[in-house]
Amino acid sequence: MVVYLFLLLLAIASSGFLLGRFKARAAGVGQDVKMHSLDGYHGWFVAAWAGIPAVLLTLLWLLFQGPVIDWLLVGSLPANKVQAIDGGKLQLLVSQIKSVAAGNIFSQPEPFVVEAAERYNRWKDIASWSLFAVATVLALVGLLVARSRISPRFRARNGVETIMSGLMIACSVIAILTTLGIVVSLLYETLRFFDRVSVVEFFTGLNWEPQIPIREGQVTAGGAFGALPVFWGTMMIALIAMLVATPIGLFAAVYLTEYASARLRDVVKPLLEILAGIPTVVYGFFAVLTVAPAMRTFGEAIGLNIAPNSALAAGAVMGIMLIPFISSLSDDAINAVPQSLRDGSYGLGATKGETITKVLLPAALPGIMGGILLAVSRAIGETMIVVMAAGIIAALTLNPFEPVTTVTVQIVTLLIGDSEFDNPKTLAAFALGLVLFLATLVLNVIALRIVQKYREQYD
Amino acid sequence: MTDTQSGLLSSQHDWSSAAARKRVKRRYAADRRLQFYGIGAIALSILLLGVLFSSLMFTGYVAFYTTKVALEVPFAADQFDKDKLGDANYRGIAKTAFLTYFPEVTSRAEQRNLVKIMSSGAPYIIRDFVVANPDRIGSTVTIQVPVSDPFDQLYKGVIPRYIDALGQDRIALFEKLQRRNVIKIEGGKAFAATDIFVNPAEIPDGDITKADLHGMVREGFAAYYPKQTSRAYQEILAEDASTQVLRAKIEAEPGIVGKTVTLMLPLAPAYDELARTGASKIVNPRFGDKAEFVWFDKLISAGAISTPFTWELFTNADSRYPELAGLAGALSGSFFALLVCFLLSFPIGIATAVYLEEFAPKNKWTDLVEVNINNLAAVPSVVFGLLGLALFINTFGLPRSAPLVGGMVLALMTLPTIIVATRAALKGVPPSIREAALGVGASKHQVMLHHVIPLSLPGILTGTIIGLAQALGETAPLLLIGMNAFIPSIENMGLTQPAMALPTQIFSWADSPERGFVSRTSAAIMVLLGFLVIMNILAVYLRRKFERKW
Repeated sequence: MVVYLFLLLLAIASSGFLLGRFKARAAGVGQDVKMHSLDGYHGWFVAAWAGIPAVLLTLLWLLFQGPVIDWLLVGSLPANKVQAIDGGKLQLLVSQIKSVAAGNIFSQPEPFVVEAAERYNRWKDIASWSLFAVATVLALVGLLVARSRISPRFRARNGVETIMSGLMIACSVIAILTTLGIVVSLLYETLRFFDRVSVVEFFTGLNWEPQIPIREGQVTAGGAFGALPVFWGTMMIALIAMLVATPIGLFAAVYLTEYASARLRDVVKPLLEILAGIPTVVYGFFAVLTVAPAMRTFGEAIGLNIAPNSALAAGAVMGIMLIPFISSLSDDAINAVPQSLRDGSYGLGATKGETITKVLLPAALPGIMGGILLAVSRAIGETMIVVMAAGIIAALTLNPFEPVTTVTVQIVTLLIGDSEFDNPKTLAAFALGLVLFLATLVLNVIALRIVQKYREQYD
Repeated sequence: MTDTQSGLLSSQHDWSSAAARKRVKRRYAADRRLQFYGIGAIALSILLLGVLFSSLMFTGYVAFYTTKVALEVPFAADQFDKDKLGDANYRGIAKTAFLTYFPEVTSRAEQRNLVKIMSSGAPYIIRDFVVANPDRIGSTVTIQVPVSDPFDQLYKGVIPRYIDALGQDRIALFEKLQRRNVIKIEGGKAFAATDIFVNPAEIPDGDITKADLHGMVREGFAAYYPKQTSRAYQEILAEDASTQVLRAKIEAEPGIVGKTVTLMLPLAPAYDELARTGASKIVNPRFGDKAEFVWFDKLISAGAISTPFTWELFTNADSRYPELAGLAGALSGSFFALLVCFLLSFPIGIATAVYLEEFAPKNKWTDLVEVNINNLAAVPSVVFGLLGLALFINTFGLPRSAPLVGGMVLALMTLPTIIVATRAALKGVPPSIREAALGVGASKHQVMLHHVIPLSLPGILTGTIIGLAQALGETAPLLLIGMNAFIPSIENMGLTQPAMALPTQIFSWADSPERGFVSRTSAAIMVLLGFLVIMNILAVYLRRKFERKW
């Protein structure tokens, strides 16, 4: 239905283009005044007026059709059936009505449900047919109005360019809308979460057991939402990852910028970039398939008990993923140090190594620190590796051989297969998401500040 | 400068002195050390890359061929109803065809076990063949059907027939028993000769059904293992069989109650094997028992087993059975999601970049847009998943698990990449071209549309392909919007139908316990990496081919 509507609108817009062009061509023939704009611009002008408003209307209509019909549906249900039940059950009832409406009847539904389903189908039909009619009429009206304005003096090109500028501005606003969407949706669900679970509990509690179903009438139900162990696990895995990635990435960058020949650099750099291009789900599988068993075997050989989903395995694999990140950012930072500093150091008789450790690295330190902070923000936001290789149970432990869980693991496990947003379990995922969003945002802002400030010194 | 100072200096700067040479040597050693660390770091990362790829290939290559058994299927015309070809008894047809290899197996129970060698998808393969070729009814057709996962893995050498059931310490304990001559072998079975005190206190009212026979056996056997009583008892003895021996003894000779009797207690399979053969190998528990190997070996020697290329990996939908599971559903889901992602992010990205780079005034508003774009590039992907779930699915009521929503979320994540690449490409077009076009009377929009954008298109396309390659590998946001639905058919694919994507398919296979899914996962990863390689090569090719130095 919607597809046909879009095809129809496309057809109207294209015929608008042709009609506009024909009319402009006809208007230009035999007149004393030259046409202000080329025929094509008249065509585009008519097409834009025929197509854009109708498409916008359709999109808005489609966005709000579902919620409005749901609202009408709930309003039309018999009062005695609705009053007794709470929000979650109401949603269940609505989805039951919808599945009955779609023809999936598993058990004999109550008569009022069947009635509501018929009503729902009727309204949906009415809505989509009226959308069809309204959009078509709007497109035709736009076409006719725009076409009637065609005359030699009409500045069609300027009109088209204004429309284009408007579209471009609209597109650039999408970035802001996305950020806004993230902040608003996370905040909204988080506030609903904090209605049920206290903020203090969330940030200072030591007990994280969200999967335990919360019984009805249980007053102190919030007891299981202390997120500290989750934050602790996140930091621990990020720390292990950085301990792996920082030295390897930094030494690699030093060697590549200062020692390696151009030919070696051309070979090695793309190889390191491959590490950055591998999807994280592949790293996750690598951790489960190879790294964790290898660590376990190694641990057994030296008498250590390493859990199959230890923090060490997940952190180490995440570290491998971050190596190219650290190395390319450090590479940039070291390369940005002016040649004069190197020359001065060599002139004083320093060896290459001394120049690197005593001159280049201190000079590049802010850039390197910025890179490390960006990598940390990557590490705490990384999801698939930890979902596959780290634990689910939140544990407050210092032992890297034991499983810990992270914020991202919890978000994914809390939300997989669950879309009803009416219990603290799913809402908790949004609270964690907000913390994660803010933490990565702060880290990124600080990192970019450091990097930018440092650049100003030499430019 | 005084003499003493200059003297001090000169002695310090005596480069030929032993101390100075040592110092210089140390300094250059430090230099070499740093170089060595650098080489080590690079070698280590490349080694890790190599380990990653080789472990994937090593586990994954076996998924590209399937162990199949050839079935001679006679399609008798009376088995089929012309109008309902799909409804015939294909299970029976497959079973009969398979059992023709084993005329000697007649017991129903054995036949039931035997048919387990064949994949449980075999009836559907035969059904699909009949539906596609109704003209073959009445003839006998050879159809290759996969064998079930354990035998597939066995034939590929992934899992062994026998496994070591016991560790060294267990074997040492058992050998102690053997040295004490407790273990006896009679009639091809091993037994532990155990003295058991039939305690009348443990038999309430003389009723044997209420007696704690387990306890008696445990206590009797504990004499050999004073320290590890109960565990050793449970491990070494076949527990239930042993109590039955005791019960039979008491029932046969009620007079032994209150006396000590020496019984031959049967051993658990692993220890039985160890006692008889000296090795602690037992039949891999993935197989029922040894008879199944014998049957499978018979199939091999009959030449019925072949290993053709696994086209099913690309043509089948997902399945609970690894030998049948394929990527077709995931590929189509990823295709639709990427299509939506491209259709949204490409025009929007270009429009945003052109506006910011060429038209936007420098003010707070455009600064805000730029800051936002930079931040979006750094937002963790799982947060985009949360956005998709809360906004697209819960607020706007778009369908869950649909490639449409997946594509929309991926588009938001790809936008920053495309915008950055487009801006760089636009910057690369020299001002002379703009000025020349403006000079002949083109409007600003015309300069853009007719000259600058066509000239920067290779750069834009390169950035777009790289962005799409990233989107193809993205997993977490798709998991959150439910694009990991189990879809066992490829008939109903579309933008708004529940679907799976390639990376989420990898995730869900990696989570499956069957052994065959390990190689399937690796194979799926190879397919994914293959697509990424193709896309990146295309991007590099575009850049090389059309890049212009002005």
